[in-house]
Amino acid sequence: MTGSVLIRGGTVVDREGERRADVLIEDGRVAAIGDAVGAELRADQVLDAGGCVVAPGFVDLHVHLREPGREEVETIETGSRAAALGGFTAVVAMPNTDPPQDSRGVVEFVRARGEQAGLCEVLPAGCITMGRAGEALAPYAELVAAGVRIFTDDGNGVQDPLLMRRAMEYSRGLDMVLAQPCEVARLTQGAVMHEGRCCSELGLPGWPALAEELMVHRDLELSRLTGARIHLLHLSTARSVELVRLAKADGVAVTAEAAPHHFTLTDEHLRGYDPVFKVNPPLRTADDVAAIKAGLADGTIDAIATDHAPHPQEDKERPIDTAPPGMLGLETALGVALAELDLPMQDVVAALSWKPAAIAGVSDRHGVPIQEGSPANLVVFDPTVSWSVRPAALASNSRNTPYVGRTLKGRVRHTVFRGAPVVIDGVPQK
Amino acid sequence: MKHLRSISEIGVDGVQRLLELTDTMVDINQRPNPRVPALRGKTVCNLFFEDSTRTRLSFETAAKRLSADVMTFSVGTSSVNKGESLRDTIETVAAMGVDAFVIRHGSSGVPWQVSRWTTASIINAGDGWHGHPTQALLDAYTVRQALGRSSGLDGVRVAIVGDIRHSRVARSNVEVFTALGADVTLVAPVTLLPPVPPAPTTDDLDAVVEKVDVLYLLRMQRERMQEALVPSLREYSARFGLTAERARRLPEHALVMHPGPMNRGVEILVDPAELPGAVITQQVTNGVAVRMAVLFELLGAGRDVPVEEPV
Repeated sequence: MTGSVLIRGGTVVDREGERRADVLIEDGRVAAIGDAVGAELRADQVLDAGGCVVAPGFVDLHVHLREPGREEVETIETGSRAAALGGFTAVVAMPNTDPPQDSRGVVEFVRARGEQAGLCEVLPAGCITMGRAGEALAPYAELVAAGVRIFTDDGNGVQDPLLMRRAMEYSRGLDMVLAQPCEVARLTQGAVMHEGRCCSELGLPGWPALAEELMVHRDLELSRLTGARIHLLHLSTARSVELVRLAKADGVAVTAEAAPHHFTLTDEHLRGYDPVFKVNPPLRTADDVAAIKAGLADGTIDAIATDHAPHPQEDKERPIDTAPPGMLGLETALGVALAELDLPMQDVVAALSWKPAAIAGVSDRHGVPIQEGSPANLVVFDPTVSWSVRPAALASNSRNTPYVGRTLKGRVRHTVFRGAPVVIDGVPQK
Repeated sequence: MKHLRSISEIGVDGVQRLLELTDTMVDINQRPNPRVPALRGKTVCNLFFEDSTRTRLSFETAAKRLSADVMTFSVGTSSVNKGESLRDTIETVAAMGVDAFVIRHGSSGVPWQVSRWTTASIINAGDGWHGHPTQALLDAYTVRQALGRSSGLDGVRVAIVGDIRHSRVARSNVEVFTALGADVTLVAPVTLLPPVPPAPTTDDLDAVVEKVDVLYLLRMQRERMQEALVPSLREYSARFGLTAERARRLPEHALVMHPGPMNRGVEILVDPAELPGAVITQQVTNGVAVRMAVLFELLGAGRDVPVEEPV
């Protein structure tokens, strides 16, 4: 077992506020907190946090770990390592694996592989429909009993409105959330990038904002009708944010997330036809970027989720219309958020930590205020350091980061998972 | 000039320069032996990932008239069909020693991707819906020649008619005509326009047909019917085809152009041979000269412009 760990000299930022404090960890829990706890002599290990923020570990509601099925692209272990380096102590693994996560066996396999890696908690999402085929409901109660909280067919949205209504109705009595990638697929066939001026000039088929907004609207209304808890994945358009804002004001049981690239990059990045910038939903316009930021600022968007989507280089070198969509995000999320968002530190940490923890149903162990007795899932980051991404240095098995050449601000120094430092000074410990 | 991937990357100065050089090439092509040693020792590789007869033959002819060595690679006979990636194909061919790749591909942007993997010059011979810069240059040259303009096309009224949305020819031609000062109007139903059109638009061909100096017809592809973009070819022809009635209403000096291959009975319902303003054959003839100019500009750095007869 790990011995005691002292995080010394940092500023604690959690739901309760912001204060200078040292944090002593023993037996997987916070043993003591306060200024000069005098515990240094008792600690087996001291982590310097001078000038750093000490916060509850981050929770990513949206990652693709590719295992089982495409282990050459990412594994649960390599993805977990990338997560730990990004300050995440829990990640929700999307179910578009092969086989998909629509049965107890697959879900338990994913969870067990996460435990084996031991770098963060891997929370398998379940499928809404069997095989993500959009035809029959997955066994929700069985999967909830196996610890699944978030259900989605991510990769595909549930297109059939009757099936989605049934899923919502059936989910009512269960402790679960239905998460939708909002896209009317009929409107995005063959689409490569945002539909607008840029795609018109580049001669690429457009992915209209409308295709997202129609589905946002449909699911908000279905949730209003059925009372089901829903979570909208990776919102990308200004109108989507406005629809969610209005629905929340009406009391609809909805939460929403945004990905770092959607508040950072625009469709202008496609001008060089580099498939690394191809993602679903696509990079939008500067107005949409501003609306996503505003949605994060006023709480319309609850969480920052990376949609970490590893792809091998050879796939990202195909012609852009056949290259797969998706980009890496775990190791850069904090640096992008702090560089791009003009928000109080507590709000940024909230969107990365306790707000997504609540959506994922893990508030008992992640995102918890740092006080005596709380579980020691923590991140320590330097909020001011500038750095740039070196793809070769990423822990992910893949290299498809869109942030090469961009200066990020703020970087994780240490990550503590269940009381053990899994990252120390930016170096993974296993 | 290193590459010709789009009209916008060479700008109006680049366009003017290439059109001037084309004059020289037209002279060469009129000689009894239209062959000069200008690019002797240079290797041009034609990479055609999509069917094309006229563009491929035009580039081959152009390269040979400048005495370059030519390799031609068509997808039907290549290892691309054995699963080789685009990058591996390019790097393999480049390793044989290639000075320029002429690339035709069904996907927009491939010339930009390829230029990251080789130091050779890249000439875009048509990429997806995006661009076909040598077609645009030969069209601009043809208009200049036929209307007797010495440099720009200030005030020339050009109407481009048809499936603008899916047309690489339209995109490049709007760029080149606009750069040279022409007034371009796009004539199409909204379903066949890009989301944000690059020039003023109308869906009323009859309203513009009497007010054009150039009527540029695009090829209408039959598969557009299945995508519900137009109700039927018959209705398309009635609204957007060059009928005998519309041909009569064209100004006397107006040019009729088409990038080929023509769909007779769809976008053109009269015999172009009977249209005094049709310059469709001149377009093809000028294509060779324009491509000679492009190849010489990209590969002939430091060499003399081939004005003299070879000895």
